[in-house]
Amino acid sequence: MTGTLTFLRAFLRRDRWWYVWWGLGVALLYVSQAWSVDGLYKTQAEFDKAAAAMEGNAAFIAMAGPARALNTTGGQVTWQAAAFGAICAGLMSMFLIGRHTRAEEESGRDELLRAAPVGRYAPMTAALLNAMIANVVLGVVVSASLIGYGLASADSIGLGAGLTLCGWFFSGTALLAAQLTTSTRAAYGLAGSVIGLAYALRAIGDVSAPALSWLSPIGWYQAMHAFSGLRWWPALLLGAGAAVAVAAGYAVFDRRDFGAGVVATRPGPARAARGLQSGLGLAWRLQRPAVLAWLAGLVVSGLSFGVMGDNVGDLVGDSDFSKEMMLQGRGDIVDAFYATLIVMLSLLACGFAISSALRPPGEEGAGRLESLLATALPRSRWLAGHVAITVLGTVAMLLGSGLGLGTAYALATGDSGAILRMTGAMASYLPAVLVLSGFARLLYGIAPRAAKVAWLLLLVASVVLLFGEVLKLPQWFRDLSPFEHLAFVPAESFAWGPFVVLSVLAVALSVGGQLAFRRRDIA
Amino acid sequence: MVVVVADDVIDVRGLVKTFGSVRALDGLDLTIRTGEVHGFLGPNGAGKSTTIRVLLGLLRKDAGEVHLFGRDPWRDAAELHRRLAYVPGDVNLWPNLTGGEVIDLLGRLRGGLDERRRADLLERFELDPTKKGRSYSKGNRQKVALVAALASDVELLLLDEPTSGLDPLMESVFRGCIEEFRADGHTVLLSSHILAEVEHLCDRVSIIRSGRCVESGSLAELRHLTRTSITADLESVPAGLDALPGVHDVDIDGHRVQLQVDTARLDPVLDALQTGGVRSLQSQPPTLEDLFLRHYGDRIEKEVEEDVEEDVEEDKEEAVP
Repeated sequence: MTGTLTFLRAFLRRDRWWYVWWGLGVALLYVSQAWSVDGLYKTQAEFDKAAAAMEGNAAFIAMAGPARALNTTGGQVTWQAAAFGAICAGLMSMFLIGRHTRAEEESGRDELLRAAPVGRYAPMTAALLNAMIANVVLGVVVSASLIGYGLASADSIGLGAGLTLCGWFFSGTALLAAQLTTSTRAAYGLAGSVIGLAYALRAIGDVSAPALSWLSPIGWYQAMHAFSGLRWWPALLLGAGAAVAVAAGYAVFDRRDFGAGVVATRPGPARAARGLQSGLGLAWRLQRPAVLAWLAGLVVSGLSFGVMGDNVGDLVGDSDFSKEMMLQGRGDIVDAFYATLIVMLSLLACGFAISSALRPPGEEGAGRLESLLATALPRSRWLAGHVAITVLGTVAMLLGSGLGLGTAYALATGDSGAILRMTGAMASYLPAVLVLSGFARLLYGIAPRAAKVAWLLLLVASVVLLFGEVLKLPQWFRDLSPFEHLAFVPAESFAWGPFVVLSVLAVALSVGGQLAFRRRDIA
Repeated sequence: MVVVVADDVIDVRGLVKTFGSVRALDGLDLTIRTGEVHGFLGPNGAGKSTTIRVLLGLLRKDAGEVHLFGRDPWRDAAELHRRLAYVPGDVNLWPNLTGGEVIDLLGRLRGGLDERRRADLLERFELDPTKKGRSYSKGNRQKVALVAALASDVELLLLDEPTSGLDPLMESVFRGCIEEFRADGHTVLLSSHILAEVEHLCDRVSIIRSGRCVESGSLAELRHLTRTSITADLESVPAGLDALPGVHDVDIDGHRVQLQVDTARLDPVLDALQTGGVRSLQSQPPTLEDLFLRHYGDRIEKEVEEDVEEDVEEDKEEAVP
């Protein structure tokens, strides 16, 4: 164990921003629920009505957790935030463990360190301690912010401590995954599947088979019943589970060679498939996993929004706050509610569009462009391949989430016309999404290192959508978001004017970036 | 259109490339003739990779003339690339593509690859094409790029330190491949730090420093420009050895003489030694390392500035009849 503390200090230093951002983000996730329910429902009667509507909705239960004390602020916080908080803690733990264990080993840096007079277990133990401390930080900031908000102390502490233990559990499974696989990517895949499985088990369990929820660490966390008769014994399950996973991780580490894993890496094809012979073919091959994952995520998001059906009045409540945030203050309640959700889904699609537009700078930065452009592939065609995937992928994202939303809505209400209507509404935001990816491409063409700045525009668009009405942001700031200029369908009727103008702008940005790229040096 | 006689595959004159305030290439000249293996030497940061990137059309020149197959490598990049293959010093592969897929991809993008040679090269380099990019070592990544380059049907190879990760066995396989490639009348630009490799393979070399070409020619020509060291046992040491032109560092110890002589002025020294009655004679021709160090060694650097520079200039004129 010699050197563990030295490693731990180095990790804490390297991760100091992670602590800040994850801590802030997760605390915000919890406390914003309290803030939003208290803003949404003015009277207890209104709150009771909304709670009854939520309790009766199986989709909500599957998404969030068992419905308990939903007509109280604490109950709402627990219900809305616990499952997602556990996922956040799990992801944070997974990345913290992965980047200091398998990623270091894969890169060869770990070899250099282990040749120094340090104990065999030192790097791994320091990584584990680092992740455990990070989860303690999460638990403490969650508890403190809820107490600060004015919720009951014991339950706030219970909710925070449960989160910490949940994070410890996923730290343990991530540690084990990092020993089993040989690549960081595969380790993340395995550890991520554990988190996904834990969420899915409790989703099915909470809706129809309670026994399944008892197989999930997220289920154990929710079984602590914070703010609805707090009990501590399920925390023991989390602690024990974490201990078992960590012990298994150390046992595997003891038995494996440096750089090796337990799950053998399967050999790949010795020859390239026929499609892999052009810029487009390569771009598709490289982006395919991301395209499919985003598409699945967006379809599921669309479905889960759609199942709310047309009975949204009770959920939204009567306060000005909720009307401004959920309805943007306009029109028929169901249409305005879905129009807001449609913009939200479009913003999610922007996540794909921008990250896809940032693949070319990623490729160039990783030094993989040189060899490609030394072949007969013209640089314009290389970039065009990635542009095609970004644009077609974005179209698929919007249509996929629209189909999901419309189909689920149609099933919930019997209004089959909704499928086409909602899909069309999603499609009407295509130019706005492409403006954001076009902006990323323009930055890439001019100054590849600045391309990531494109995310800022998405941040602006999200802030304008969520807080524009609530905070009464000035109009010039709202105009920065391309979404502000399009018709608020289906609450308003579709308008060609802004659609065409934004389309032209999107094309101009993208073409500008592509032309600039042809004229500059390749890094 | 100007028709250029395609004698020189690469013709670079006065090439300048700046990055911000750094002048990476400062008036570089480089000529590579058809059918030769041309060694490209220089310390790290001298501008070798920058030159190759300009030749590939990845970087745009700031000034000077650059011709590749008699054409502009920036404007006609993709078309010219059908006729060449490139192996970077740092091969970066896609983590989730196998070596075999990368070889096929690069070959197809170049316009097709020779199936028989592909299989043959995989065997000779002992490369497993089914492994994913992320699990290859540096040497194996380099092999992937080498197989992709050598299996293509091209006339020119641009190689930027292609063997820095290969073991000696694989290096000799590499040398064999380059010799076969040259035997077909093709051309190679080989940037390398491994002087033995350059000495073994190259017909001509260019040495660059701080973005300029400081020496260029065949190894025999370059050897002419440096000193040969001579050790002789004589019956009697003739007087006036150190007065002979081009003779340096004379050290007389009884009957034993050690001295350095500019290779171009070897003859008068041998004549003088003969008059003393030679019992044994050892002559050590300059190695490429000497050549290299002459241009980069700190100690010698001062001499270069003081007197050798002039000598060399004179020698050059004398050496060319």
